[in-house]
Amino acid sequence: MKVLVPVKRVIDYNVKVRVKSDQSGVDLANVKMSMNPFDEISVEEAVRMKEAGTVTEIVVVSIGPQQALDTIRTALAMGAERGILSKTDDMVEPLAVAKVLAKVVEEETPDMVILGKQAIDDDANQTGQMLGALLGWPQGTFASEVKSDGGKVHVTREIDGGLQTVALEGNAIVTTDLRLNEPRYASLPNIMKAKKKPIDMKAPEDYGVDLSPRLTIVKVTEPPVRQAGEKVEDVATLVGKLKTAGAV
Amino acid sequence: MAVLVIADHDNSALSDATAKTVTAAGKFGGDVDVLVAGKGAGDVAAAAAKISGVRKVLHVEGDAYEHQLAEAMEALIVPMMGGYDALFAPATTMGKNVTPRIAAKLDVMQLSDITGIEGTDTFERPIYAGNAIMTVTSSDAKKVVTVRGTAFDAAPEGGSAAVESVDPAAGPFKSEFVSEEMVESDRPDLTAAKRVVSGGRALGSAEEFERIMNPLADKLGAAVGASRAAVDAGYAPNDYQVGQTGKIVAPELYVAVGISGAIQHLAGMKDSKIIVAINKDEEAPIFQVADYGLVADLFNAVPELTDAL
Repeated sequence: MKVLVPVKRVIDYNVKVRVKSDQSGVDLANVKMSMNPFDEISVEEAVRMKEAGTVTEIVVVSIGPQQALDTIRTALAMGAERGILSKTDDMVEPLAVAKVLAKVVEEETPDMVILGKQAIDDDANQTGQMLGALLGWPQGTFASEVKSDGGKVHVTREIDGGLQTVALEGNAIVTTDLRLNEPRYASLPNIMKAKKKPIDMKAPEDYGVDLSPRLTIVKVTEPPVRQAGEKVEDVATLVGKLKTAGAV
Repeated sequence: MAVLVIADHDNSALSDATAKTVTAAGKFGGDVDVLVAGKGAGDVAAAAAKISGVRKVLHVEGDAYEHQLAEAMEALIVPMMGGYDALFAPATTMGKNVTPRIAAKLDVMQLSDITGIEGTDTFERPIYAGNAIMTVTSSDAKKVVTVRGTAFDAAPEGGSAAVESVDPAAGPFKSEFVSEEMVESDRPDLTAAKRVVSGGRALGSAEEFERIMNPLADKLGAAVGASRAAVDAGYAPNDYQVGQTGKIVAPELYVAVGISGAIQHLAGMKDSKIIVAINKDEEAPIFQVADYGLVADLFNAVPELTDAL
């Protein structure tokens, strides 16, 4: 089985986000960037499937700036075979990303696409589902377990209030949730090996996809700041305050 | 103008999130219809008809709709959208799963998890785990939107909309329901609870988490939540998780126990009305958002609090 794993370069998980003073967006200059954490889980899942013998080839694809090559190299060091970068410096919305990915799927003919459920920058949670619709493939979103069973893919999903398992027929879309696995750190020898693995350079135009945004940013602002309250001495004082406030 | 709202339900009861989504749809403007797709969901359709501001309820019955699987929902809703200017759904796991498929088929860029509406093309939504708020205008002819429940009040009862039966989409579909494992609990649902008590990694183990947190929750009639650190450590199940990657809550009272207050956790609870933090580290960031902070060892303070209530 061949698996395609899309990855996105985003602001690092631990970086404190700052809004630009002109309200045009978030300040990304000189900020540490990393692979979207959910995409790391996707790469890890694909690599584990390869180690278990159910997957033979993992192709990683990113749509983003030149620096997204680093993100692809990280995935190659974790165990993917080769990469594709569709290079653009523009911000690309999930719908356009899904359209480019649909073309990549046409060319690469993977059996499964594993994506992170959301990127931690725009928090959209759309691309996997959109790709499923464009391809006419079924989806197992927010996966906490993925198993292939008698020609069907069984995906256990994190839903409100519990877990749900669905069976998907034929080619499938999986989007990953946090509990699916714990991604590995690439070893130094594997990082060195990854430098020799091939990465195809493409442009979105190669796929004939119109990337023009549908949304225009009016402004990006800081959320309302919550003021710190008071420290209380002991439990009795706390209970007193809560009673006065009508909270208990 | 008309808006179609997808109802979130379990075939017996309508979720609170649906009534909140109706409020958001009302702010967008125009007639609001609610789609109830399910199996044996007659009571849900009747409940939806009572929501104030609803023009009519479209009721679809079918095996494929018992669990509202995305592929069957897409096949049902895409053809219906000819008659609507917008599709609204609650940003529950149902809404998040289903709406992007419909948006893609309509060639529309979806607006996820909106927290505000200005007019018919301008929306506010949190990005970067709520560390920034983005206001955007959409140039798409139709809008596809998911609504963050904590940002809108539930539309009250008081309506008497007609319920219209609609045929299901013809299958078969490429996905199939296998099984479900719902967490059984007498406690209120985390996202709908008026009070929430959440535990962090400082609790140290799953046993201690239960021993310390459950009596406090029972005393307060509260739902139990957890930080991602506590979930990752296996002290609490994943669906307890409050934060950017878990649930977004905004109860009247939020009690954070042994939670340091990582950015990603604050993103999930900072809109709570009253926040109480109990932590032995007085430098913990959680105190910066807490109305009442108690610097104390949780293993003494929480049982004492439980007794005092």
